Amino acid sequence: MKILTGNDLKSGAVIWWTGVGWSLDVNDSADVADSGAALIAREEGVQNVFAAYVVDGVKDETGVRPAHIKERIRALGPTVRLDLTLKPSDPQAVNWVI
Amino acid sequence: MYKYDEYDQQMVDTRVAEFRDQVRRRISGELTEDQFKPLRLQNGLYLQLHAYMLRVAVPYGTLNSVQMRLLGDIADKYDRGYGHFTTRQNIQYNWIKLDETPDILAELATVEMHAIQTSGNCIRNISSDQFAGAAADEIVDPRPYAELLRQWSSFHPEFLVLPRKFKIAVIASEKDRAAMRLHDIGIKMVKNDAGEIGAQFYAGGGMGRTPMIAPMIRDFVPLDQLITFAEACLRVYNRYGRRDNKYKARIKILVHELGRDEYVRQVEEEFAHLLTQPIEPPLAELERIKAHFTNPAFDAGAPDDLDISDPDFRLWVERNTTAHKAPGYIIATISLKPVGGIPGDATADQIRLMADLGRDYSFDELRVTHSQNIVLPHVKKADLYTVWKALDEAGIGTANIDTVGDIIACPGLDYCSLANARSIPVAQKISERFGSAQKQAEIGELKLKISGCINACGHHHAGHIGILGVDKKGVENYQLSFGGSEGADTSLAKITGPGFDEDGVVDAVEKATQVYLANKQGEERFLDTYRRIGMDPFKEAIYG
Repeated sequence: MKILTGNDLKSGAVIWWTGVGWSLDVNDSADVADSGAALIAREEGVQNVFAAYVVDGVKDETGVRPAHIKERIRALGPTVRLDLTLKPSDPQAVNWVI
Repeated sequence: MYKYDEYDQQMVDTRVAEFRDQVRRRISGELTEDQFKPLRLQNGLYLQLHAYMLRVAVPYGTLNSVQMRLLGDIADKYDRGYGHFTTRQNIQYNWIKLDETPDILAELATVEMHAIQTSGNCIRNISSDQFAGAAADEIVDPRPYAELLRQWSSFHPEFLVLPRKFKIAVIASEKDRAAMRLHDIGIKMVKNDAGEIGAQFYAGGGMGRTPMIAPMIRDFVPLDQLITFAEACLRVYNRYGRRDNKYKARIKILVHELGRDEYVRQVEEEFAHLLTQPIEPPLAELERIKAHFTNPAFDAGAPDDLDISDPDFRLWVERNTTAHKAPGYIIATISLKPVGGIPGDATADQIRLMADLGRDYSFDELRVTHSQNIVLPHVKKADLYTVWKALDEAGIGTANIDTVGDIIACPGLDYCSLANARSIPVAQKISERFGSAQKQAEIGELKLKISGCINACGHHHAGHIGILGVDKKGVENYQLSFGGSEGADTSLAKITGPGFDEDGVVDAVEKATQVYLANKQGEERFLDTYRRIGMDPFKEAIYG
């Protein structure tokens, strides 16, 4: 699948396109197929996101997992500070990244 | 310490107001990200892997306690309770919000700080010896010269858009503690046969994807020509440095491609021309600056002995202190590398504690080192035990300076958008593997440096042991290298061979230390033994 990501303008937070809006959780990502460029133009144009781009991902029963480790770290947070990630109470979260 | 005059303060305040308006226009949509990006970068605001990152300049690594305390307060108020001290003697915050950035810069301006020259293709914040003004081995305090260069380079209209970023280091000791020859320009303050102080210039050094050691280009520049000569160096670079390929745009490529002699010829020609122009500030300005860097009021009667009956304190004294120029005083280096910790990170409380200790026990001075540690430069020996106890209680009393536990590591793929691999977890595992004081004492001085990409922010080229993280088909892989040094004996590390996974590189480091210990002669450091016996015994142990 193709998933669309970028950053929130004011907070800089990593966000993912859900099909109708933006979410902090990569598991909410929608498959944008070949509509990424058009979505980026529209969403950046109205300041909903900036520095947006499309990445490869895989969806299975556990959720959406970006294909590249860099995007998985973006999705989770720093692997060396689990307390600052989206899953601070999940000690297995790093395994999802690696 | 240097104090802003009205011009310095006005420059910084004006820049804050200007950036506040730029942020307002960005948020309102008047500016696109393409338009805004160069403006935010000129104010130290990057976009990193998880959020905006703000890099705050610490000129030549010198801070007072009020400044340090504010850095801690900013970590609490605007970030997530910590800051990261960098290999450029700066601090960066990883979780900054765009709309709060002008307020942060305004608060920094109240204590004579800013984030200018921490990004972009300009002359960056100038670095120096973290022991400046305190070291027993320095010829002069290098900071007045660094400050003069800071004033010259700040908003220099000709050098705001150089081919690439430009880094300058100034030292004044034989022992190089600032990796001077790995800078675009390195300046060593020296004394000539007539006893006059002047500047020895080196140009074309750097790390990154093409590491180079800067050759000397002038052995003595008189003080009344210091800025003029620096301007000549920059002018030649600005004129002929490549702008068509960012990977070949640093001055090291120009000096290498022209050849040292041709670069020198062009600089001397430009220098001769510039001498006909009135660009050199009067020496009175240097004297004005020097007046800010006079010695603190050292107690001439301070006792020179030190009670080291506490064995843990004794270990810390042995590893973390350096001789001071004044009897009865000592330089204390605070390690921000606790066993298993994140190199260079400090919590807001730890930052404020260090500020308080600087205020109470170090004449209100602190320093940031390029090794991502903090220095209390002027501690009375009689106060040292009290200082160490306070540090130890706060988790920053580790005795490991210049040992295998004192690892330089860039933020790597955990934070940095340029990185290819994580640096911090490797540093943590090595730190834990070699965590015991006994093991570190056995190995002695071993400078280990880790970068998460070829940009080499973790200085891996200059590590006795260097580790470079690369992306191998989407998997982190770590190249190992030996033999680098950033000191007076500057050398570049050589790659051992095929890379390793995260655990494999930690094992390889351990095997390398075993080879060292088996072959060590006398007081040899790891680096000395490697230089004597060469790579082969190490390769045999690692790959055999």
